[in-house]
Amino acid sequence: MSGDLRSYIIRRLLMVIPVLFGVSILIFSVVQLFNPIERAALFIRSEREAANVEGIIRKYGLDQPIHIQYFTWLSEVLRGNLGWSKVVSKPVLDALVTFLPATAELTLYAAPITILLGIYLGKKAAVHKDKAIDHATRTLAIIGWSMPTFWLAIMLLAIFYGYFGGLFPPDRLSVEASIYVQSGKFIRYTGINTIDALLNGQLWIFVDALRHLVLPTLTLVVVQVALLMRVMRSSMLEALGQGYVVAARAKGLDLKTVIDKHAGRNAMIPVATLSGLLVSGMLSGVVITETVFNYKGVGWWFVRAASQLDIPSVLGFSIFAAVLFVITNLVVDLLYAYIDPRIRLT
Amino acid sequence: MVMPYLSSRKFEPRLREIRFTVKRLRSSPLSLAGITIIAAFAIIAVLAPVLAPPADPSRPFNIPRDGFSSEPRPPSREHIFGTTEGQYDIYYGVIWGSRTAFVIGIVVVGASLLLGISAGSISGYYGGRIDNIIMRITDIVFAFPGLILAVAFAVALGRSMESVMLAITLVSWPTYARILRGDILQVKQETYVEASKTLGGSDYWIITRHILPNAIYPLFIVATLDIGSIVLLAAALSFLGIGVPLGYADWGQLINLARNWVVGPPHDPLKYWYTWAIPGAFILLFVLGWNLLGDAFRDILDPKIRRR
Repeated sequence: MSGDLRSYIIRRLLMVIPVLFGVSILIFSVVQLFNPIERAALFIRSEREAANVEGIIRKYGLDQPIHIQYFTWLSEVLRGNLGWSKVVSKPVLDALVTFLPATAELTLYAAPITILLGIYLGKKAAVHKDKAIDHATRTLAIIGWSMPTFWLAIMLLAIFYGYFGGLFPPDRLSVEASIYVQSGKFIRYTGINTIDALLNGQLWIFVDALRHLVLPTLTLVVVQVALLMRVMRSSMLEALGQGYVVAARAKGLDLKTVIDKHAGRNAMIPVATLSGLLVSGMLSGVVITETVFNYKGVGWWFVRAASQLDIPSVLGFSIFAAVLFVITNLVVDLLYAYIDPRIRLT
Repeated sequence: MVMPYLSSRKFEPRLREIRFTVKRLRSSPLSLAGITIIAAFAIIAVLAPVLAPPADPSRPFNIPRDGFSSEPRPPSREHIFGTTEGQYDIYYGVIWGSRTAFVIGIVVVGASLLLGISAGSISGYYGGRIDNIIMRITDIVFAFPGLILAVAFAVALGRSMESVMLAITLVSWPTYARILRGDILQVKQETYVEASKTLGGSDYWIITRHILPNAIYPLFIVATLDIGSIVLLAAALSFLGIGVPLGYADWGQLINLARNWVVGPPHDPLKYWYTWAIPGAFILLFVLGWNLLGDAFRDILDPKIRRR
């Protein structure tokens, strides 16, 4: 590892600290909008404690000056105490751990499909600029981009669940499958249904889980792919206009090689920066998608919490989303610096 | 002394560029479609009191109810788009919902611009420590996925039209601050800024007379075109049940009311289609109008591909 790469990594890691500190202050400020009793819920860890709100207010000093409250709250958060989620009657951290595999499963399918499809279509549109395929993909992109996620999800549900008689149902599993999954015969390795089903050798559960995944995955892909396609198209157009592309063609290289090897690879660089946006889009997307399809992941839990004013869950999930997003951006930047030496020096 | 060829309108570069932009816009069918859609919605919003006269003119945004039973009723002479759950009139809801959409879009864009321009011009012009502080604040907002932070704010602020607009403003101003800051950093290097400084121009004078006029137009365009996505975000909040109060004329709210009626009884699965199809089509068309216009603008204003 060269010296400037090491110093870049250190600088970039240090930048994370003020951002996370700021995130904690922002969340804490939101907390201040509530009265002490509602805030007390942030510290409750069990049903027994919930009965003694006055005690909680005194114990965690919710009647203390604001900066002392902040550090009390922060030290609890850092120890993993995010409060009590009343919508699922368990601590917020446990709720996150419970619901995360379902969301991970959904994005495990949606993200790769979105990325591959977006890059493929964007490239095609750029190479055939102003031809039929370009207009078709661009029109689809604009419609996808303008489509309210929740409306698309509702229409898919009405058509593929309602009209086609239960072809692709909502929820995560059918009743029979979920009874079997919760019985002792089925070992939960990962919490991700399709993977666990294969590991247990239960093909019917795999198929059942997959049928439930089709519509939420499709919704996420349609909404996300538009952005990726658009960026890939303009990035590819720019790459195709570069001198090295003209030079490669002039030397007599065939079009396919030039498009794939020369222009295509360089056009990928701006697209890679979208990974952060993609994670953010997926997180926002699952919130709506899981709600419409009653798919019990973190997004579903977040919306239930928000509509029933379960503040600790709302803030807990917001912190989780911010940390995840900050880490993704960190990883993207570091990979970037590794690939492209120019970035380390700025 | 003013040199005659410089003051001549014909050669004024900014004007020439605007003319070129308008020409390109007029020759692009997609942008024309966008403008037509937006104009149609504007007409609906302005004529709302005529198209759907409110029973109580002091509270026009409350959708009238025809009874209280939960099952929606199909389009009829009395309710041309039918009624949704709780017997709210869908036609009234979508017509006044157009006005809600414009109010949200314009207020949020205006407020975000105000915040973004103040923060961005201070940040870009003064640089140094104040710039660092403002940019770190924007970093904090950018650390959250937009929808999630907006939900958190909206929950904290309570269920009302004002809190929806405030929540979205708090999420969207940093983008404008960043854009303006970047543009100012470029303009700041220009000789005319240096000249004004040498002549003793105050900071306020330089920012408002020299820097902003030369950096702000792209920002105005970007912000205006954001109305579509802002309305989309507001609709999402209302759909999730944390936006406007129950019964307020809003497209997202109407779809929220339709959630129990997506799939009808087995023999007629699309029985309640009007409850979700009509309000959804309004949202899609509205956002599509802005995005069509925005897409045309993006190609035209991008200096790298502008004249290709």
